[in-house]
Amino acid sequence: MIKQERMQVVKQQEIAKHIFELTVQGELANEMAEPGQFVHIRVADSFEPLLRRPISVASIDMEASQFTMIYRAEGRGTGLLSEKKAGDLLDILGPLGHGFPVEEAQKKAYLIGGGIGVPPLYELAKQLNERGIETVHILGFESKQAVFYEDKFRELGDTHIATVDGSHGTQGFVTHILNELPSDFDTYYSCGPTAMLEAVQWAYPQKKGFLSYEQRMGCGIGACFACVCRTTKSETDYIKVCSDGPVFPAGVVIS
Amino acid sequence: MTDLTVELPGLDLKNPIMPASGCFGFGKEYAQLYDLSQLGAIMIKATTVETRLGNPTPRVAETASGMLNAIGLQNPGLEKVAGQELPWLEQYDVPIIANVAGTTTEDYVEVAKAISEAPNVHALEINISCPNVKLGGITFGTDPDVARELTRAVKEVSSVPVYIKLSPNVTDIVSIAKAVEEGGADGITMINTLLGMRMDTKTGRPIIANITGGLSGPAIKPVALRMVYEVSKHTKLPIIGMGGVTNVDDVIDFLSAGASAVAVGTANFVNPFVCPEIIGQLPERLHELGFDSVKELVGRSHRL
Repeated sequence: MIKQERMQVVKQQEIAKHIFELTVQGELANEMAEPGQFVHIRVADSFEPLLRRPISVASIDMEASQFTMIYRAEGRGTGLLSEKKAGDLLDILGPLGHGFPVEEAQKKAYLIGGGIGVPPLYELAKQLNERGIETVHILGFESKQAVFYEDKFRELGDTHIATVDGSHGTQGFVTHILNELPSDFDTYYSCGPTAMLEAVQWAYPQKKGFLSYEQRMGCGIGACFACVCRTTKSETDYIKVCSDGPVFPAGVVIS
Repeated sequence: MTDLTVELPGLDLKNPIMPASGCFGFGKEYAQLYDLSQLGAIMIKATTVETRLGNPTPRVAETASGMLNAIGLQNPGLEKVAGQELPWLEQYDVPIIANVAGTTTEDYVEVAKAISEAPNVHALEINISCPNVKLGGITFGTDPDVARELTRAVKEVSSVPVYIKLSPNVTDIVSIAKAVEEGGADGITMINTLLGMRMDTKTGRPIIANITGGLSGPAIKPVALRMVYEVSKHTKLPIIGMGGVTNVDDVIDFLSAGASAVAVGTANFVNPFVCPEIIGQLPERLHELGFDSVKELVGRSHRL
């Protein structure tokens, strides 16, 4: 169920260049159902900035009633969010949207992420491993400074890193790594820039895949019609990234 | 006991608070969060004859204490709204104000006639003020003669009272208000959004794909208040006021300026519980200010 709660900040730290890891605690954490869902955060109690910020969830700890988010501080909203300290209260709405269907993977899954699309794949990897699914992680970043969670992913399965400038791992994009890897998986899950999602879909037309999309959002619950995309399912209707997604099966979203 | 009730043409409201059109869809999303029967009324998303896909994205952009939107009247069309959305809303004890939009007079008439016959539609809100569509919308709301004639045409076919939603993007809003009064309108809702732009500073390109969008949120409240004040001074029509309402004091201000009821728009995106929260706070706030009823506040600025 969607809740609005003033959650307590447990911890916040910069884990890579401009990349922050923020853990909060409260009852809302117990509502988290699927990896890939997101929360909508009000970064100030004033109306400046006005709108909430959609932030993806990187890991969920039900026992402690906590969850951890990872985001890039790049604008005014996320900049203010990055100043929050342990003990501060944060107005959070969530969990929102539909996440990655973990039950779809049979034996082996590829998890393909780019930049700030990597975080939700971590909780996904944890849940898939708990179900006995072998996970292979292919993660792309701008440069070595922007890389995060490499060791954490490695603990869960084979992990391959690409950086655009070649300062760490393979030089180039995740697709360069994918070209070298066997296609011996049954399901792929991906989150990242739209161009990357497109490339991944092109690479594996025969495989079952699930992609998490991004769009400029307003309300986050499906009421404002801001974050729409065309879909292959209907010529007369859009799909909404916030409430119909953000995760869609491959081939559904026309981007 | 504080009296929150409001009686307006076609509308016996248990309280003066309602979500504004375009900020609440057809209610389903917010129904996951609270009981919609708490609301005074619901202004549903604009309905046109045919399905409308609306504008390309990006459709929204945040601005200082506000936001721009250019959704472009995306809606499933009259048949689906009348056949699915409105019947679904019948489970709630709340009057519906149906927002009607179109590109020609015939469009408005067709939607108004059909949708006003739905049992839970107690009033129409005629959208002659949408700034985000190329044809229709605002072009009906910026010329007094056109506004008057459209009001007449819709009044002729509607089975319920007709409220006209005014645009702030005019030099003299009073002349438009008077024109729709002459055309037989039962009430006015105001204001729609203010036309605006935001640039991408690096590229110099407008952020909204439609180039311009409608500004809403706390930033526009002073403009809305001024316009409600002027229109209430010069017409006898009841007004449902809106524009940047985010809390109970904003509601008090709109009532004082001359509105009989108040709609909450963009604030629903920031705090999805804002409507029931304001309704809950209203009795105490009225009491603190020395009032026993909402009605006592309406237009008090004109009596001081």
